[in-house]
Amino acid sequence: MNSLKDYTDPSFSKLLYQRLFANKEALVGFLILTALLLLVLPLFLSPFRLGLAGRYLCYAFVAVGLVMCWGKAGILSLGQGMFFGAGGYCMAMFLKLEASDPESTAIQTTPGIPDFMDWNQVTELPWFWMPFKSFPLTVLLILVVPLVLAFVMSFFYFKGRVTGVVFAILTQSMVACLWYFIVGNQGYFGGINGITDLKTLNGWDIREDSSQRILYFICSLLLLACILLSRYILSSRLGRVLVAQRDMENRVRFSGYNITSFKVFVFCFAAVISSIGGALFTLQVGFMSPNLIGVVPSIDMVIFTAVGGRESLLGAVYGALAVSYAKTIFSEAYPNLWMFFYGGVFIAIVLFLPKGLAGLYQDNIKVWVKNWMRKPETDPESLKIKESEVNNVE
Amino acid sequence: MSSNTDFILAIEDLTVSFDGFKAVDGLTLYINKGELRVIIGPNGAGKTTVLDLISGKTRATEGSIRFNNIELTKMKEHQIVRAGIGRKFQTPSIYGNLTVFENLELSYPYDRNVFGSLRFKRSQAVVEKIFEVAEEIFLEELLEKQAEFLSHGQKQWLEIGMLLVQDPELIMLDEPVAGMTAKERDATALLLKKIAKRRSVVIIEHDMGFVGKIADKVTVLHLGKIIKEGTMEAVQNDPTVKKVYLGH
Repeated sequence: MNSLKDYTDPSFSKLLYQRLFANKEALVGFLILTALLLLVLPLFLSPFRLGLAGRYLCYAFVAVGLVMCWGKAGILSLGQGMFFGAGGYCMAMFLKLEASDPESTAIQTTPGIPDFMDWNQVTELPWFWMPFKSFPLTVLLILVVPLVLAFVMSFFYFKGRVTGVVFAILTQSMVACLWYFIVGNQGYFGGINGITDLKTLNGWDIREDSSQRILYFICSLLLLACILLSRYILSSRLGRVLVAQRDMENRVRFSGYNITSFKVFVFCFAAVISSIGGALFTLQVGFMSPNLIGVVPSIDMVIFTAVGGRESLLGAVYGALAVSYAKTIFSEAYPNLWMFFYGGVFIAIVLFLPKGLAGLYQDNIKVWVKNWMRKPETDPESLKIKESEVNNVE
Repeated sequence: MSSNTDFILAIEDLTVSFDGFKAVDGLTLYINKGELRVIIGPNGAGKTTVLDLISGKTRATEGSIRFNNIELTKMKEHQIVRAGIGRKFQTPSIYGNLTVFENLELSYPYDRNVFGSLRFKRSQAVVEKIFEVAEEIFLEELLEKQAEFLSHGQKQWLEIGMLLVQDPELIMLDEPVAGMTAKERDATALLLKKIAKRRSVVIIEHDMGFVGKIADKVTVLHLGKIIKEGTMEAVQNDPTVKKVYLGH
């Protein structure tokens, strides 16, 4: 019989624990990922490979965001590069200003402004570059710019009930617009070359191996934090509403929920996470360019999520790591053919593993392991069935 | 502007046209507080459209719908629900991958905005309410069952239960016994009668036997217009109704 106590929520700390680690499996899965990111990879990878892993992890931020808005809430966005770029460019603008102090740019016509502005006959720092003189303000903007962008974009669409493929195409066209905007404004954003030659963060040289290592750890920790935050959201009533409106939109609407605000929320959340990833990417790579955030990278990000399993937060991280790593390996080994490999892998995933790597684990590996663990006992259940069959025949 | 009334629901001159086709045509309908009203009519009479109009799923072309003297025609779906109208769909609409308990919990009428639902805590009051409703809808033993594995009839009950958790003043049900066994129908008839003691209920139904069991008053709809209103007996003996149902 059910009792009240089994259902009411426990005290806060216990509740928080339950929400983050719903069961043993969720806890173990999270610990394995933590160990992999914080111990295994740093111990076994060369500085160069670890640096690559750090960059892949930046894409994992976007993938986690896509799990939230695409996998869970059913909003496919083909324009996440836009938000990745928002964070990336904010960080790049800050670093570029720091790299363009009057002494190191003394040979320019106008010293003290970024080099590409000087080449494009811009003689004064534009007003929208001003906030990036301050680091705290930059951090704030890394969070606020994608939020505002995502809100303005999604609010009117979702209010007008634009969903599904139409919304996906709109996001894609938005990211294409952004690409053209940056390329077209060479004097203000560095054009197709991007913002390059980034050296220090508040005087700390980000190009050295030791700082790359520290950035890798910061990146991993922030990613794990984002996963926990996402888990918290999903385990709350908000998370259940998100999934429910994906499957049964009308029922949710006629239960008195304003679906628009829920969709806007999850879209903004995904945008902010992606932006954090973008900012960390700039720090680790040392430059930011429109080709890192355009239409093609945006689709790549959806592929990472699909390969990892679009409903699995942990799967998204593995997906981003595995696909990016495979991309690197293929392109190193077969420079001419790797695109075909890449496309082939994606088709195979869509055809045979619609739930991605997470589905492979849930539906195959887990079942297989369970069966294998049960075998040593003489399987009393199957014996019983045989007995009853015998009885039936008689 | 029409004057205030004592009716819980007052529909006046309601018309909706889809590309010139009037699915509901100058409909006027009053529902009393505490009344259980059944709307019947042949296929295409506009029954479901009337529910769509009341619940805000479809926008009216003309006319007014007032609920406790609040005009509904300009309101959004969720605002109408929050004003106190619950609606069940023709095919059971439940969340298959959630348990019965979670299905009911999601309908609990507090903290329905984004940040409220992030904070939402399963307090004792919530759980008590859900237990109470679960018992009413005969699912108290199945709270932990995933909803997609319920029988068809149980799914119908669950959706009715989701409305009860919302505690609306007016409940609208679109064919609540469709696909139920005879036994389930009888149980549902009792359930609906019990529900109607505390609130007003509007039901759309095809099954005449069932209608006879539950209805106070029956409204017959045909081609978007009301052709007869009265007790079940009066309606069944009406020549126009017979003609409409049996053909010309």
